[in-house]
This record gives sequence, structure tokens and C-alpha cells, in this order.
Amino acid sequence: MASLKELKGRINSVKSTQKITKAKQMVAAAKLRKAQAAAESARPYAARLAEVMGSLASKITVSANSPKLLAGTGSDQVHLLVVANSDKGLCGAFNSNIVRAARAKAKELEGQGKTVLFYLIGRKGRAVIKREFPTQIAHMFDTTGVREAGFNEAEQVADELVAMYEQGKFDIAHLFYAKFRSALVQEPTSQQIIPVPAPTGAAKGGDAVTEYEPEEEEILAALLPRYLKTQLFGALLENAASEQGASMTAMDNATRNAGDLINKLTIQYNRSRQAAITTELVEIIAGAEAL
Amino acid sequence: MALHFELVTPAKLVRSEDVHMVVVPGTEGEFGVLAGHAPFMSTIADGALKVYKTENGAPEEIRITGGFAEVGDAGLTVLAEHVEA
Repeated sequence: MASLKELKGRINSVKSTQKITKAKQMVAAAKLRKAQAAAESARPYAARLAEVMGSLASKITVSANSPKLLAGTGSDQVHLLVVANSDKGLCGAFNSNIVRAARAKAKELEGQGKTVLFYLIGRKGRAVIKREFPTQIAHMFDTTGVREAGFNEAEQVADELVAMYEQGKFDIAHLFYAKFRSALVQEPTSQQIIPVPAPTGAAKGGDAVTEYEPEEEEILAALLPRYLKTQLFGALLENAASEQGASMTAMDNATRNAGDLINKLTIQYNRSRQAAITTELVEIIAGAEAL
Repeated sequence: MALHFELVTPAKLVRSEDVHMVVVPGTEGEFGVLAGHAPFMSTIADGALKVYKTENGAPEEIRITGGFAEVGDAGLTVLAEHVEA
């Protein structure tokens, strides 16, 4: 049986842990609101661009001389898995879920005899993937320098990806991130980003003849990298919201657990105190009777 | 008649207002968009949009990079990667 002093120490230590988890939960709740607002305000651009891409893609046919970002390299040997994680922990299974999805895909592709490379965004998840695929990490993109991954980061990632693609370092790229469903549910999602899947937005107002300057193909070639950036940006935003959601839920659980633990320890503490008092009284009474 | 003008960046909707005319620096030459312009799409060279709120007023300049303009029934929509206010 632990002594009273030990119990008191444990209660205090759990209490201070609870303070930390509670604070982190509130921070996550506030950040979640911000992340959701950011995702919300990114929607008009993404929607418009997808619309434009859809109507352009419906006007031209994909052929061997259309832009490589759309048509592909003609091979599917080397796959690049772009895995977006967070920089901070304390968010439950958020990072491990994404990594698990990426790992499953990597195993599947390797089973088919393909070459798999990794491009990692964010600090968490590096260790796991490095342990399992030590020689296959093409690049680790560092986002620890900025508070929230924004469009500038998406732009840098997209530029690097396009550069690697043009050097022929990979044929197909998949993006892994967590889609934000609610504060409770974040779905690890994989999505092909290169070659760009043709957007399937129905062309609106097909009767009006739209003029293009320069030609459709050239506009498409100019817009493809931008479309890629937008998709990456969207994924980063979703990921940020998911991270905060996961963190909020995990910290809520931790706070509740700590509360339960404190209750249990307090009962134990009180019982031992009572027992000590009873023993003392018995001793005194026995002593008095002996006189 | 007023032209509905929207300027959108990935981060947010920057402008949504009715103006008289916007002069856009297209990659193949500047063009001005008034209300009722024919449907038109163009990439934009990095440079300044000139927004004329009224017919004879001084233009307001908005510098943008990585832009794309779309003119449709709904007016002019400029998608830009970066905007300097």
C-alpha cells in the first residue's frame, strides 16, 4: 500500500497533467475554428478553378502532345507517395492513421513490382516511414518554420513536385492526408495528384461561345500547375483542421481520464488516511486501557 | 450598367463588387472589360489590374501575380495566386 505522501504526490502530478491536457484541448478548439474558417474561405477559388479546368478539359482531347502533367509519362513504374502529416503531436491517432494508409498503399504497389518513393510533409511520421523504408524517402519538406501551412508552402511543394516530375523521377504521385469530416471523424484519404485527373465539372453554359486567349491548350498548360497547387493547398488546410479536431478529441478524452484517475486516487488517499487514524485511535485506547 | 467584378485568391475572396470597367493585363495584350462583354478566358501577365469604379474616376491599381481572367454572364472573375493590395 502506497503511503499517504506518495498518494498525495501522484494526485498532484495527475492534476497538473490534467491542466495541460485541458489547456491543449481549449487551444485546439480555438484553432479548429480558425482552420475551418480558412478552409471555408479557400473554397471559392478552388471551385472556380475546377470549373474552368472542367470546361477546358471538355474542349480538348488528351493526346500524346498534350501537357505531360495531364497525359502522364506513359509509364507507371515509379510511384511517389506524398504524405502530409502534422508537426506536433498530442493529437491522438491522427498521424499514425495517415501513415498507416500510406504504408498500406506502398506495400500494395511494391507487391505489384512498382518502385515506391516518399515525399514527406510535416515532422511527424518521418520516423515511422524512415524505419520501414529507409532508402526510399525522396524529400522531407519542413513546415516547422511556419505556424500554419499556407499557400506559400503548397506552392513550394507543388513546384518541387513538378520539377521532380519533369526530371522523370516519378510517374505517378499520390497524396495522403486526412479529410476533415467532423471534430470526431477524420478520414485518411489518398488521391492521385499527378498526372492531374481531369476534373469532371460539367461545363456550364455550353451554348455561349467562349473565346480563349491564348489557345485552350496553352491556357490548360498554364493552369495545370496552379490546379495542383490548389489541390495541395486544399489538402493542407483539410489536414490542419483534422489535426486540431483530432487533438481536441484526444485531449478531451485525456482530461476525462485524468479526472477519473484523480477521483480514484482521492478515494484511496482518504481511505488510507482513515485507516491510519483508526489505527492510531486503537493504539491510544489500548494504551489507556492498559494503564 | 455596372460590371460585376470578383477577385479571388486561394486564401480568400478579395473583392466582390460592381464597377464600371476593369483593365486587365492579359498575356497577349491588355484588355478592358465593360459590362456585357462576350464570354472570354485569358491568362494574365504579372502586373496591375486597373479598376475604374466610375466612368471618369481615377483607376485603382491592384498588383497581382499568377492570374487568370474569366468573363462570363456573371461578370469578370479574376483568379490570382498572389495579390498586393
